[in-house]
Amino acid sequence: MSQSFKIRKGHNIKLVGEAPNKDLGNITTTTYAVSPLDFPGITPKLAVKAGEKVQAGDVLFFDKDRPEVKICSPVSGEVAEVKRGAKRKILQVVVLADSTITYADHVPFDLKSGDRAAAADHFANTGVGALITSRPYGVVAAMSEEPRDIFVNGIQSGPLAGDLAYQLEGKEVEIAAAIEALALMTTGKVYVSQDAELPAIAALKHAKATAISFSGKHPKGLVGTQIAQVAPMSKGEIVWTVNAIDLPVIGRAFLKGEYAPEYKVVVAGSRIINAGYATMLQGVSLTNFLGAHANADNARFIAGDVLTGTQIDATGFLSFGKSQITAIPEGNQTEFFGWVLPGFGKFSTNRAFWAWLFPNRKYDLDTNLHGEERAFVVTGEYDKFIPMDILPQQLLRSILIGDIEKMEQLGIYEVVPEDFALAEVACTSKLPLQEIVRNGLNDLRKEMI
Amino acid sequence: MKFVQNIFDQTRPLVEKDGKRNIFYPLHNAIETMAFVPNHTAKSGAHVRDAIDLKRTMVTVIFAMVPALLFGMWNIGRLHYGAFNMESTLIENFLFGAMKMLPLITVTYAAGLGVEIFFAWKRNHAVNEGFLVSGLLIPMIMPVDIPLWMVAVSTVFAVLIGKEVFGGTGMNLLNPALTARAFAFFAYPTWMSGDQVWINTKGEEGAQLVDGYSGATAMGDLATTVGQGLDNPATNAVMAEFGSEGTYSLLNAFLGLIPGSIGETSALLILLGGLFLIFKGVGSWRIMLSFFVGGLVMAGIFNAFAVNEFMALNPIHQLMLGGFMFGMVFMATDPVSAAQTETGKYIYGFLAGFFGIMIRVFNPAYPEGIMLAILFMNVMAPLIDHYVVEANIKRRAKRLANA
Repeated sequence: MSQSFKIRKGHNIKLVGEAPNKDLGNITTTTYAVSPLDFPGITPKLAVKAGEKVQAGDVLFFDKDRPEVKICSPVSGEVAEVKRGAKRKILQVVVLADSTITYADHVPFDLKSGDRAAAADHFANTGVGALITSRPYGVVAAMSEEPRDIFVNGIQSGPLAGDLAYQLEGKEVEIAAAIEALALMTTGKVYVSQDAELPAIAALKHAKATAISFSGKHPKGLVGTQIAQVAPMSKGEIVWTVNAIDLPVIGRAFLKGEYAPEYKVVVAGSRIINAGYATMLQGVSLTNFLGAHANADNARFIAGDVLTGTQIDATGFLSFGKSQITAIPEGNQTEFFGWVLPGFGKFSTNRAFWAWLFPNRKYDLDTNLHGEERAFVVTGEYDKFIPMDILPQQLLRSILIGDIEKMEQLGIYEVVPEDFALAEVACTSKLPLQEIVRNGLNDLRKEMI
Repeated sequence: MKFVQNIFDQTRPLVEKDGKRNIFYPLHNAIETMAFVPNHTAKSGAHVRDAIDLKRTMVTVIFAMVPALLFGMWNIGRLHYGAFNMESTLIENFLFGAMKMLPLITVTYAAGLGVEIFFAWKRNHAVNEGFLVSGLLIPMIMPVDIPLWMVAVSTVFAVLIGKEVFGGTGMNLLNPALTARAFAFFAYPTWMSGDQVWINTKGEEGAQLVDGYSGATAMGDLATTVGQGLDNPATNAVMAEFGSEGTYSLLNAFLGLIPGSIGETSALLILLGGLFLIFKGVGSWRIMLSFFVGGLVMAGIFNAFAVNEFMALNPIHQLMLGGFMFGMVFMATDPVSAAQTETGKYIYGFLAGFFGIMIRVFNPAYPEGIMLAILFMNVMAPLIDHYVVEANIKRRAKRLANA
């Protein structure tokens, strides 16, 4: 019997450019890149030099403070270049891929007899440990931590999110292995969530997992929402989170010993000409693909969804941990007296614009802020989008003034930036809420280590 | 609209950081962003944003105030011509009121925005939209005959001491519009109370005031009944005005056909504005509802234990008079100076309404109890929020202890 919850607070942002369940084929290129910036909470230390040969699953770089956090190459080939920015900060490690991928020599893992220590080593060495996020702080998990519980998120409810059942098709064996592997890592429970409004995905049911289901509005698909409903976190507790879409990659690493971060990526948005699903490896160069499938004229490309995704170039690479590509128009144009017009066609989460008359309309939203940044004025606005027992505005204020004690008291351990994404969209004062929360978590983490 | 944009583009170098006229940058920016929603795009976090901004929120409040404002203008003319027993048409009434009201509005905006722009320049930030509403609220809560310079001084005081010293919009403790009124009330008492200021009786050469003319407000008249006991023949004449045939009958008070501050008289149109704000999601229904209930409870208690006619007044009638409705819809709901937690809003609203009626009845020297009660609750709001926040913290601590 699965526990089910209904999420009443929140909002579903309906965008045009939804992807039909259409296979756009297998996308391969000669260059792949992994960026340390995609891994929150790590200080990268290179394990390779330009010109070195690597195999898929060989370590490219690791975390200076927690060396067991290893980031591996998605392909075999030659390290072409290490791109650096200001102060020699590592921006990208670029790998020129072989035509046939060979895998680093990790042996398959025996899930029947393996113990936690062995599983932890396997997670770390094969690179799939980086797919696990650790809360609080929302950083890449270190395998030495002992999480209270592990939450596997099987709900994709963000704008233009992919159909998870379609994306996981044919991966049943790997998924089962991944859940078993995760079960070894905690003495608590492995929760696997599913969307109660969609047909259940049979592969996500497992004897070692506790099934939970959610209905209602986004952010039901944010694992933070799910944790808050099922078993809220307290100070000192660690919870790991994994996206269900990453399970096949983890499963393959355990069953075959291969690191192959391959995803059926959903490609959607109003600037995508040919929406659908394309199979690709993490870090793939998107130049050719987006050139053929998108209208790049004044467009913004996002790895992930419009709420929490990372902006990428049309000539960029698929960011780590993302299985969605969204393209929307840039909103870099002014609007004459836009704030005073009735706004029948304007997207808004409240009724100040007359578009509320058409609740089911799909919008072609651009990136315009629709205003300038202001101080906090309106109150009670964020509460409508964060289904947790926290006081969002008070928490944000405590972060802004750097009051660590207050942050702890007000529940910063229960949140990560993405939990504030919807509130950020709705914010009248146009404040960068996710950035504020990220800074708060970073400050707190510095204080704690 | 390209040519308008060009004007802004051409003049911008003059006012930018190294330009000769940098002091005008906030003004330039304010007008430009008013004419054109800027082309800024999301740089961090979510890539799409809600169409709402502070300008939209503020203009929504202004729309909600327009019916009461137009009625107030008409009422100025109606009362003026009525005092001389002169026939007047709706248009004449309205035009007379507009002639009185427009200078008040202009002076308030000029004085308030002047201070705002100066601070925006000093602090190097954009002009905030908060004063768009305050600047219209202030003239609506003034008596019609107040000299313009008093309005200007009160406005400057309110913006400076009520708002800017705390850090500007979003940081203020007190509602700026009520601060302006409180300043005028204590600094220029003869212009803010009594029976001379609510109806304009100047300017009609040779005209005679009607027999038995009184320019008092309902509050002023009621205050005279305090200390006279119940059913005292001395107060019967006053109380007759509150009967169904009187000047201050429940119907007249509800419609707003009574003297008072310019925008506060029509409970009907203020409630209409309040419903609009609630529907638009801009005004807090929690505050409005609890404010109304708070006032009703206090008026009910007075009614049950009445020792004078003021206390004995029907509770609903009590709430229709004075600034109660206006305070409920437009003053107490100011999000910055009200309680900021959702639970806190219920407590804040209830106590503001409760104390408002209490001050009005217990201290007839301050017929405008609502103003003082809301300002008092503005000061208390952080305390209310503190306890709501503490409750949240305790809940979390308890969970940790039980884990």
